Amino acid sequence: MSDGPAAQSPWQTVTIARIEKRTPRVTSFFLQPSRPFAYRPGQHVDVRLTAPDGYQARRSYSIASAPEAGGTIELAIERLDDGEVSPFFHDIAAVGDEVELRGPLGGHFVWSDSDGGPLLLVGGGSGVVPLMAIIRHRAARRSAVPVALVFSARVWDEVIFRDELIDLHDRRDGFDLVLALTREAARPPADYSRRVDAAMMEQSMLRLPAPPRFAFVCGSNAFVSAAAQALIDAGVPASLIRTERYGV
Amino acid sequence: MVTRGFSSGRKPPTDADARIPPGQYLEQGFPVLSAGPTPRVRTEDWSFTLKQGPRPIKTWNWTEFNALPLTKMTRDIHCVTAWTKFDTAWQGVLVDDILADAGIEPPTAFVLALSFDGYTTNVPTQDLTAGKAMVALLYEGKPITPDHGGPARLLVPHLYFWKSAKWLNGLQFTERDEPGFWELRGYHIYGDPWREQRYTGDP
Repeated sequence: MSDGPAAQSPWQTVTIARIEKRTPRVTSFFLQPSRPFAYRPGQHVDVRLTAPDGYQARRSYSIASAPEAGGTIELAIERLDDGEVSPFFHDIAAVGDEVELRGPLGGHFVWSDSDGGPLLLVGGGSGVVPLMAIIRHRAARRSAVPVALVFSARVWDEVIFRDELIDLHDRRDGFDLVLALTREAARPPADYSRRVDAAMMEQSMLRLPAPPRFAFVCGSNAFVSAAAQALIDAGVPASLIRTERYGV
Repeated sequence: MVTRGFSSGRKPPTDADARIPPGQYLEQGFPVLSAGPTPRVRTEDWSFTLKQGPRPIKTWNWTEFNALPLTKMTRDIHCVTAWTKFDTAWQGVLVDDILADAGIEPPTAFVLALSFDGYTTNVPTQDLTAGKAMVALLYEGKPITPDHGGPARLLVPHLYFWKSAKWLNGLQFTERDEPGFWELRGYHIYGDPWREQRYTGDP
């Protein structure tokens, strides 16, 4: 890049270093930044694509990796059939391709182990992505902060990061995974076969040694509305609940 | 930098293009974004207070506020998450009419919009007056749903939409331009979509 520091664009070129399919609809793209990129768990980035005629499309994606991962930034991108940027990633993007990235962005839906806990995390579908960054950060720091993740997915095969989450759960070091499948029967360790509700939140909080200090909720707008209401009905003060809503 | 394999298939027609600020795309739906749970504010519990610093100037209840002159405003809106929606149709009370009912001229050059959930956002006074902004009560002729900020939200359509505070319960005149919730968390102090002022540090 020829930009001097004074003229440095907030955008940087990143290279796709690795691609890993997570579920039938979600694929992780590991991006290698071209200049230092420091971020906090829960933050997101803007990605910008440019057509030969100059037309640009940009979208926001949460970061799935923890800062401790070093090197690449992982974005887990769900394919939206009527989308413009996600089909590019799923159908065209290959290792070695370059895209432009801006960030990190967002200063509210973030958590570091120094912020303390316990934490109640609630994710729906690809809404688990920024929560994963928090969970991985906790694990990398060997933090003792108790964390429960209530993760709602339609079916077992759409549980993003499933093996890694089960592995972290099995360490029994204060991280608890609560799976809720909405279109399949529960199977261990999937505890529920229904949508999130207040009773599920109450039971999940019992896995924590004390009431949550923060609750983070991420997913579609419909999911976040229902989950946040379930938390409030379960007695979590609204002021402790932070939300991130995806698109439409 | 041209992205390999990316084409401008979604590029809007030229007539629409002139209405879409840089870096935005046209959205047909109405996405919902907010930092916390959706507050359910009953109109019988609703009130709106005009303040100068900590001092209240005037407070209206729901009935009193709805008795103020209603104005229609149909505008394109632009969210910092990159969607633009054309021709959103609102009805509400112009900030000019609120000031007139309170019998005051703007006492300072800056305003902090205040919401029931503790959200705040700053807007220069001159961006709220002269017909530029309103406290919206209706969307497409119906009460604004809680998800979209009902019972009442600020509407400042020429700035990024985070400035149009949901669940509004007051406007506070301030001596200085005091950053609000998102402005303290990395978002631009002013937020003009046509200058693409998304984040702190954008020109």
